[in-house]
Order: sequence, then structure tokens, then C-alpha cells
Amino acid sequence: MNTNMKFPIYLDHNATTPVDPRVLQAMLPYFTEHYGNAASRSHPYGWKAEEAVDYAREQIAKLIGADAKEIIFTSGATESDNLAIKGVMEMYAKKGNHIITAVTEHKAVLDTCRNLEKKGLARVTYLPVGTDGLIDLNQLADAITDKTVLVSIMFANNEIGVIQPIKEIAQIAHSRGALLMTDATQGVGKVPILVDEFGIDLMAFTAHKMYGPKGVGALYVRRKNPRVKVTAQMDGGGHERGMRSGTLNVPGIVGFGEAAEICSKEMYEEAKRLQYLRDKLENELLKIEETYLNGHKTQRLPHVSNISFKYVEGEGLIMGIKDLAVSSGSACTSASLEPSYVLKALGVDDELAHSSIRFGLGRFTTEEEIDYAIQHVIKAVHQLREMSPLWEMYKEGIDLKSVEWVEH
Amino acid sequence: MAYSEKVIDHYNNPRNVGTLDKSKQNVGTGLVGAPECGDVMRLQIEVDPETGIIKEAKFKTFGCGSAIASSSLATEWLKGKTIEQALEIDNMDIVEELSLPPVKIHCSVLAEDAILAAINDYKVKNGLEPIKKNKI
Repeated sequence: MNTNMKFPIYLDHNATTPVDPRVLQAMLPYFTEHYGNAASRSHPYGWKAEEAVDYAREQIAKLIGADAKEIIFTSGATESDNLAIKGVMEMYAKKGNHIITAVTEHKAVLDTCRNLEKKGLARVTYLPVGTDGLIDLNQLADAITDKTVLVSIMFANNEIGVIQPIKEIAQIAHSRGALLMTDATQGVGKVPILVDEFGIDLMAFTAHKMYGPKGVGALYVRRKNPRVKVTAQMDGGGHERGMRSGTLNVPGIVGFGEAAEICSKEMYEEAKRLQYLRDKLENELLKIEETYLNGHKTQRLPHVSNISFKYVEGEGLIMGIKDLAVSSGSACTSASLEPSYVLKALGVDDELAHSSIRFGLGRFTTEEEIDYAIQHVIKAVHQLREMSPLWEMYKEGIDLKSVEWVEH
Repeated sequence: MAYSEKVIDHYNNPRNVGTLDKSKQNVGTGLVGAPECGDVMRLQIEVDPETGIIKEAKFKTFGCGSAIASSSLATEWLKGKTIEQALEIDNMDIVEELSLPPVKIHCSVLAEDAILAAINDYKVKNGLEPIKKNKI
């Protein structure tokens, strides 16, 4: 075994990414040397911190084609989603109370919407998705009304990587005077996202999915055509143009900025390299009998692959591929007893949802690791199928749908 | 989630994986669980007609590591027991032996169900009254 590989091989980059060493280097002085509060105006410690925050704001704005003033720092994408949705619905309550979102959104969006619904502050339409994971633009056009304040559709899905047609979605939203918000946590820094080109009014994203530190995120809030405002959801010192109070996490923000700048420079090459590795992994694994790709084949992030290995249970498989750090849509790996709601929304059978594995590649993934992963997964799938009564029944030609199962 | 050493051992070295001829008079087969639930266990016993002792036990399981370990352990325990002794295997014994956490107790329940199902299949095949489960 080659010693260059570190085990388990990390293939869960949609959950989080390691901090790039260049990012860490940029951050370090802001813990011990330049530790000022960016809101302190009376001494150089504060000035230095403010200068660093301003610079990071520029770096991040540049990555998404925005103006620095349009970046509001938060604690992460969950907070950004909350601030965007709750803040917009409160600010524009006079226009209406309708939100349109999709069933495959992240919980940070879905639960925020449900919260507003429960309090009677919003009426929410949850658009379904097709078997490819994409929403139907016609259904969006049918659902939108003059009372629709916000259309909130994620840029790319965290489980399957499917990229929604945000530009077209934004056009439909704008045609009825609604704002377009996108949770782009998985997409920013991985694929080019320019807010003007897509017609995005609000966008949530976070540093730790793009090789920056955890605990710092941003909300892009458009300032021109139209000027968008959100009502603050936290009271305090009126930081971030009054939209988000709280002392800024200066080292985190510096790291976020550096991470954004690296992505601006390297994202195109990186996407090409990762897509090559992802395709290699995916093609080899899909050669195994009775394996299925979940989500759209091409309209997808370059570094993620979600595959169901029929007749093998996901958690059992994860245990079998212990040299890989991956995640599964199986219920057993989550707190709830339900398999992945995203896969279910695509119409994937519960059985196949239980058998799914998400592979998320990243900046430091090597071809050697992918070659190892391919062999490791193939071996484990074969071993577990030898142990699987379902596989045996399938091989005997028994239709599993015709069996009367004793549920427990 | 961290697994206990015993679960890992059974997962890595499962005992008695395989298939017995279900058409044989002295083989009882129990198939429990459902694919949609993420757990299916098939447990088989072969009973010595002379002594009434379970001389062979095999399993195949679709499920998580704890489900595989529970059924593997069950086959180990079944061998050499009479039907009556086999019925005494309690799911909580499996929980204890494998140190299963609360969220995995259902795996042990499934194994106990599989034992009962295999025994009843054997009983029905041999003209005996199946046992009704009256445990809560």
C-alpha cells in the first residue's frame, strides 16, 4: 500500500472541506497580532481589523461578480438562509406573503419556510422535482402570483449536486416582481456563479465548503436593480449595514476572503481535474451490475457523485468501505428513521435510497486515491451481495416487489 | 457512529453465511424485514430428525453492520440447541453480547423474529403447531 495516502480517504467534501494551508496562513496573524475589533474606530488595532475585513469583502465579492458592499457576513449558510428568507418576508410584507421553494432544498431553507408557515407569516409552495432532480419551470410559472415575494431555489443540491436553471428561474421570479434567493453553498467556488449573469437578488454561501474555516458565511444582498433590503433578525450594534449585528469574526472572514481568492484563480482548472476523477470513479462503479446514478448526469457539480448499489444497504456498505470517508442516504446514518428526502423526491425507491452513497471529491483528492476507492468499493459491494438475501433472490429471478415482506 | 469490537468482528468475519436447501423437510427458513426499511434477514436452521437438535444454521442479511452481526451471532447460538432452547434466545441477550446502542436494538429484535420464523417454518413443514409470539 502506498504511504502517500492518508486513511480514511476523505470523499465527503459536500459536508465540509479542509482549510487550505494558504488560507490558514492568512488567518493566523488575526488571532494573536491583529486581534482588534473591526468596529473599534479609536485605535490602529480596530483599523487593521476593519481593513482586513474590507479586503476580504472585496475578495469574496469578486468571486461572485458583486460589489463589496453587497456582502453581509454571517456565521454560516444556515444563518444566511434564515436571514434572507425571514428578513425578506418581513421587509416586503406589504407586497404579499407567498414563498416558492422546492422539496429538495436544504433543511436550512425548508425549516425556515415551515417556521414562517406555522407562525402564519407566509404561505409556501414546495415545488416537486423530476427524476433528474430539476424543478419544472412551467410549474414555477404556474405557482407564481403577484403576492409571491420570494422564490428560493438552491443553486446546486448537497446530496446529488444537481444544478438548477437559476437564470431562467430568476427571470420567472422577476416577471412577477418577486425576488430570487439562492442557497449556493455547494456551488460557490466550485463553478462560476456571477450574480448579475444569473439575476440573483440574494445568495447564501459559506467558507467551509470552499476550503475556508467553519463558522463564517455570507449573504449577498443586491444593492442595485433592484435595491434589496432584509430586516435584521438579531438586534444589537447594527453591524453589516444594520442587517446583521454581532462582532465580526475577523480571522474567519480573512480566511473566507483568501479562500474566495484562491477559488477565483483556481476554480476552472480544479473543476476540470475533479470532473475527470469523478467521471473515472463513477464510470467504474456504474459498471457494477445493478448500480444507479442519482440525479441529472450532466447538469451537475463536477466533484460529486451519488450512486445507489442495489441489494446492499448503505450503512452496511459504509462499514465495508471503512478506508473511505463518505456519506449515505440511508436512514441508518441520519438521526431520523427516514431515508434521504432528496432521493425520495426524485422518485428513488426507499430500497435504493437506503443503498446510496455520496462521493464528494475535493482539492486535495488524488488519482491514486480514486483508483484505490474504486477497487475498495467494488470489493465491498461484491462481499456484501454475497451476504445479501435480496441479491440471491434477484439472481434467482424472484421479483422482490412480489414478495410479501414482514415489516417491523 | 462507533461500532463495538464484537460487531466489527462479526461484520468482518461473519459466521455461517450461506444458504440451506429450503425444500428439505428438516430445514426451516425465516425471512423477516423489508427492503424499504433497510433491513432484511434470512435465517435458516437444519434440524437433526433423530435428536431434534439444530445441527446447522445459515444466514444472509441485507442491512447495517449491527443487523449483520446480530444474525451472524444468532446462527452461532442456534447451532447445537434444541428447538425449545432456541426459542429462549432473547433479543436483549444479543444486545448485551454485541453492546448494541439503543438505535440498533431493532436489529436484535429482527434477529429474534428471524429465529422464530425459521422455527415456525420448520414446525409447519413437519405438521407441528407454530408458535405465536406473545412478547410485546
